[in-house]
Amino acid sequence: MTGFFDRSYRIAKSWLTLSAMSGKAVHKLLVDSPGREMFLLGNEAIARGAIEAGIGVATCYPGTPSSEIPDNFFAMFQEGGFYFEYSSNEKVALEVAAGAAISGVRSICTMKHVGMNVASDSLVTLAYVGVNGGLVVVSADDPSLFSSQNEQDNRYYARLSGLPMLEPTTAGEMKDMTVAAFDLSEKLKLPVILRTTTRLNHLRGIVKFGSIRPVQLKGSFKKDPFRYVAIPAVSRNLHKILVEKYDQALELSENSGYNRISGRGRWGIVTNGVSMNYVQDAINDLGIGERVKVLRLGFSFPMPEDLIARFLTGVDRVLVVEELEPIMEREIRSIAQSRGIGIPINGKGDGLFSRIYEFDPGLVRKTIASYFGVPDTSPKAVDVTDIPDLPGRPPALCAGCPHRAMYYAIKKVYGPDAVYPSDIGCYTLGMLPPLSMADIVICMGASVGTSCGISRVTDQKAVSFIGDSTFFHAGIPALINAVHNNHKFTLVILDNGTTAMTGHQPHPGADTAPMGVDTRQISIESVVRGCGVEHVQVVNPLQVKRSVEAAQASKEFDGISVIISQELCPLFARAVKKAGKVRPFYVNQDKCRQHRDCINLLACPAMYIADGKTMINENLCIGCALCAQVCPENAILPLKK
Amino acid sequence: MGGQGNLLATRLLGEACLAGGIPVVASEIHGMAQRGGIVESAVVMGDAVSPIVSKGEADILVGFEPLETLRAINKCNTHTVVITNIQPLPPFTVAIGQGAYPDVERILDLIRAHICSLITVEGDKLAARAGNPLSLNMVMLGALIGSRLIPVDGGMLKETISKTTKQAFLESNLKAFDSGIACSTPFSRLPA
Repeated sequence: MTGFFDRSYRIAKSWLTLSAMSGKAVHKLLVDSPGREMFLLGNEAIARGAIEAGIGVATCYPGTPSSEIPDNFFAMFQEGGFYFEYSSNEKVALEVAAGAAISGVRSICTMKHVGMNVASDSLVTLAYVGVNGGLVVVSADDPSLFSSQNEQDNRYYARLSGLPMLEPTTAGEMKDMTVAAFDLSEKLKLPVILRTTTRLNHLRGIVKFGSIRPVQLKGSFKKDPFRYVAIPAVSRNLHKILVEKYDQALELSENSGYNRISGRGRWGIVTNGVSMNYVQDAINDLGIGERVKVLRLGFSFPMPEDLIARFLTGVDRVLVVEELEPIMEREIRSIAQSRGIGIPINGKGDGLFSRIYEFDPGLVRKTIASYFGVPDTSPKAVDVTDIPDLPGRPPALCAGCPHRAMYYAIKKVYGPDAVYPSDIGCYTLGMLPPLSMADIVICMGASVGTSCGISRVTDQKAVSFIGDSTFFHAGIPALINAVHNNHKFTLVILDNGTTAMTGHQPHPGADTAPMGVDTRQISIESVVRGCGVEHVQVVNPLQVKRSVEAAQASKEFDGISVIISQELCPLFARAVKKAGKVRPFYVNQDKCRQHRDCINLLACPAMYIADGKTMINENLCIGCALCAQVCPENAILPLKK
Repeated sequence: MGGQGNLLATRLLGEACLAGGIPVVASEIHGMAQRGGIVESAVVMGDAVSPIVSKGEADILVGFEPLETLRAINKCNTHTVVITNIQPLPPFTVAIGQGAYPDVERILDLIRAHICSLITVEGDKLAARAGNPLSLNMVMLGALIGSRLIPVDGGMLKETISKTTKQAFLESNLKAFDSGIACSTPFSRLPA
């Protein structure tokens, strides 16, 4: 099964397997049978690579498109005998992994591309300090913004930090490069960045298993302040060492099997990552195999300058095929300039590739054909001009989602003119009408920080929304700032007991006992009070009257106030068997007067209109009773079963 | 759409290819699709290595819902064979009166007018008849195999289904798969 519902069941299944571990079924990624071939998701291939490399520690903060890597670790860490944690944010995750790797234990840390921004403070100086056991940092970039707030190109982080970067092309390489990254990391005593993109994370391909290196769980920290204590006097020397390591890394890149030239023609193509697949197919489709020479950069930083120079001297012109920023293009041009090579080198620009969005096979074929002046053999897509506009199918808050109830209460009290800064999570979907409850969203935690500024300089009320996991991730320092500096707004913490958007991972406030994992649950209320907030209310958002009263009280309070909106995500509750019996509601047609407040104010996907009547789909309704409390005629009632 | 079993169907097809020695890559759209949006996957068999299918380049389009099949028609060309479930699942925007769901016959006519051949499947009905409404994905897989357009035969796929399905759903899944094969139209080769 697929889709959201089935996904939550699947995760629940892995948790239940964990709690009832009897060792009967080995996790498919732990099977020790070298040579076996499996059809794996790219992210599963990375997780398998880490297993083959014998990791002792795995950490992460989840985020699409990286999440299936840690979710697989979570499902198998007890059986696999390594340590795993969902950390509170990416910076902490990297520091945990770094501490382990410095102590000699192989560690991996995974995150989505914007997570690297959070981890970057640690990353850049960690490059000075280095590691002993291998440390691999996985960055999952998201060209085309399938599920992100930006499409930044994290290849820049290799340049910023001076750390080596590997970029795979296939599912098989995602596994193999993960293993190779650990060896490289230990050779250079530096963390290595494995950079992927959504298409790679979520492709499926055939992966051939290798042998599994035994887990080494224990290390030891050997004191060496002139290496590990990054004060200015020490770091001046460490920077020098990092620059020397660049030369070593360059040498390895020059000779790496991951940087390879194929073909023998006079037309040059340089490419990386998933684009290599498109290039290979385009060359076959266009029948220009004899005329093209391709350089694929898999060990992509440091760029192998001599190899590139040799490649350039053997071709008449070069097309650089890379998604997002023209990073390789510019560096290749710089190499050409310094070696006096004058051939045309192109990539981004008019008639060529764009700096925005991901590529696809047709786009790459078309651009290669036009650049080298060969006929494009692409099939012609159907003409869709006669197809009418089709009704959309936008994602929406689920039936029974408690966020909808809280949005209703806040909007009822604060109205449409208040400013509603929001954050990263399911609840961002509240931006869509009719809720329209997200006025500014930037990044994790920014709802709280931006509220400080907005409430300071405007006369508008500000009510910001942040999820429970996001609050732990980046909301706490901003809340402390709000209290300390006397900012005046209301923060609503939408506590649904899980990191819902990314697939129901636990967070520091979550109860992991049903998953058979021993962690300590942190009370959000205690944290909020500990930050110095005095006006704190905890409500169940599905109790509408009480929620509206809480909203009213927060509005009347002159200062920073917090409402903790506490109700489990119903999908999560069902997955961990904490959901009560579902009792769907129905509309009593004798009482309904078609105000349609239920539909027009709540937009619940369980409601529909048929023959002019307002109805509830009893298969979708989970009986949250929000609509029943909103209906002015009391026409919505529980089904008698 | 989320819940229709598209991704499992994709995985089963890929695993059957692997078992049969057919080179295969696939891709999936995750993320926001899980909140009631659209789920799309691509399966590429044979010599090609790209995991996605560009506009106009699908040999076969399998749609689990008629409106979504029409929405994905830009993946097709005049040689494409389309296999679609004809039982609608209206988006909730339509259900609450924002926009209208086109007449299904009109949707099918629009599809027919653009492509080579259309195989229609009463997917939800066949799934329900097999004993499990959630086996729609098996019906659609069956219809794909029944078209004989891909180098995977029913036996190979049934073996994969048997290996990966929970015992409780196995019988209904296989029944749904068979009913999909039975309602399909066999071709002698891919239209070109």
